[in-house]
Amino acid sequence: MHLSREEEEAYQGERGESLRRAMEILLALGDIYGADRLIPVASVQVAGVSFKTIGEAGLEWISDLKGKVEVPSVLNPAGMDLSRWREMGIDEEFAKKQIEIVDAYRRLGISPDCTCTPYQIRPDSARRGDHLAWSESSAVSFANSVIGAKTNREGGPSALAAALAGKTPRYGYHLEENRVSTHKISVDADLEASDYGILGYIVGKEVGEGVPRFSFRRRPKVDELKALGAAMAASGSVALYYFEKDAPKAPKGSEEISMTAKDLRGVREENAPDDDVDIVAMGCPHSSPRELEELARLLGGKKVERELWICTARGIAERCPKLVEKIESSGAKVFCDTCMVVSPASDRYKKMMVNSGKALAYVPGLCKIEAAYGSAEECVMTATRRR
Amino acid sequence: MEISCHRISGGRASGPALTSREPISFLGTVDPETGKVVDPKHQLFGRDVCGKVLIFPGGKGSTVGSYVIYQLKKRGVAPAAMINVRSEPIVAVGAIISGIPLVDGVSEEILATKDGTIITVDADREEIRVCQQ
Repeated sequence: MHLSREEEEAYQGERGESLRRAMEILLALGDIYGADRLIPVASVQVAGVSFKTIGEAGLEWISDLKGKVEVPSVLNPAGMDLSRWREMGIDEEFAKKQIEIVDAYRRLGISPDCTCTPYQIRPDSARRGDHLAWSESSAVSFANSVIGAKTNREGGPSALAAALAGKTPRYGYHLEENRVSTHKISVDADLEASDYGILGYIVGKEVGEGVPRFSFRRRPKVDELKALGAAMAASGSVALYYFEKDAPKAPKGSEEISMTAKDLRGVREENAPDDDVDIVAMGCPHSSPRELEELARLLGGKKVERELWICTARGIAERCPKLVEKIESSGAKVFCDTCMVVSPASDRYKKMMVNSGKALAYVPGLCKIEAAYGSAEECVMTATRRR
Repeated sequence: MEISCHRISGGRASGPALTSREPISFLGTVDPETGKVVDPKHQLFGRDVCGKVLIFPGGKGSTVGSYVIYQLKKRGVAPAAMINVRSEPIVAVGAIISGIPLVDGVSEEILATKDGTIITVDADREEIRVCQQ
């Protein structure tokens, strides 16, 4: 890899031990993936936040680090709401460790915003053409596909190294040649909001690491794109997709997949809710203000009969206090900083109903409980139906 | 015998070889408190990585494996050095954050090294020295 003089000095440890380690990580990864040089990043989203995931080992590493990040950096979701963890049924020991992790990151200059949707709270952190080092798979997909920024899917240490150095090795999705679509997906159906999660769930399984190019009957809304990308990154590992009518065509010979209303209905029916559902959880990825508004409308004048969680970013909940109050007056809970997939609080339920293709893909494996799927409206219906 | 290699994580260390023909997922395979291989399905089950020059094809599995390597180092039960045929990010990052010398870019013949052979890994000079017995 070619290094500038400044980078070389940092690598040799002339600018401190933490930066030396950071450079060593970036160079090693650059070597492994064949990068030619480092490039500056506009922002970083650091993975490795939930104590459930990184455990004692990860906490020790982060706590030992020194230095300050060079670029605006936020965190992935944590294992609990950082202030209302008791209401989630999180135990004291877990909470203590989780708070230590977030504090350790904060000491490095990282904002304690724990969210899978940094673009919803800080639109200026990623713009078209920016290089980023983001971690959470749905955020990576959104940044690459909807914003038009460029990021690989970083692991915890590589994201942190990028934040400390303000740079990332140039490989993978930073290079145009790796951003060419590999699959043509034609969708011959009129889709409604909750169809996008199911569509992503199916297409992700089909294309794996590919770059699908969709043709839709109408341009999807932003929240629909968020749901589509999140599901494909969970059931497969799609980090980039195209949906605009004028997006470059997939090369000749690319695999073609045609999706119909029947395909979507099939998966919905397989995952229909039943009487076993004891919790309903929405906000995967974190709810936008528009989605909170819709939920407040759906829940208006109703009382929940089952546990109902709405997950969002703290920055969004704080921006919409009236909506949060309206939602919570039904007995539902609006949790921040975390979600149903990464929190151990989900593990004690039997069956979770979700309106997210990503949660549908992850909940059975990560929380070891059953999952069911429905639209936001159907989720509210289930949550408020008398047992 | 001297073998040239590619530096992933700097430093120099020696120790007896411990060789695995299987990739290693540190999370779940190696106990971070003791350095013992605790996965009964792994070829190295029951062996101890502490102080060894651990030779294996590469890493696999969860990215949390990087932190497990760090924990082994802090408990004083980490390998002295590691040699991969081809390193992947989990072990590479784990070695770097822990300050354990790691090299790759050697032929698969290295996986035939007899356990206990004294080996020096000089990552800075990109050189492996094998003591003939």
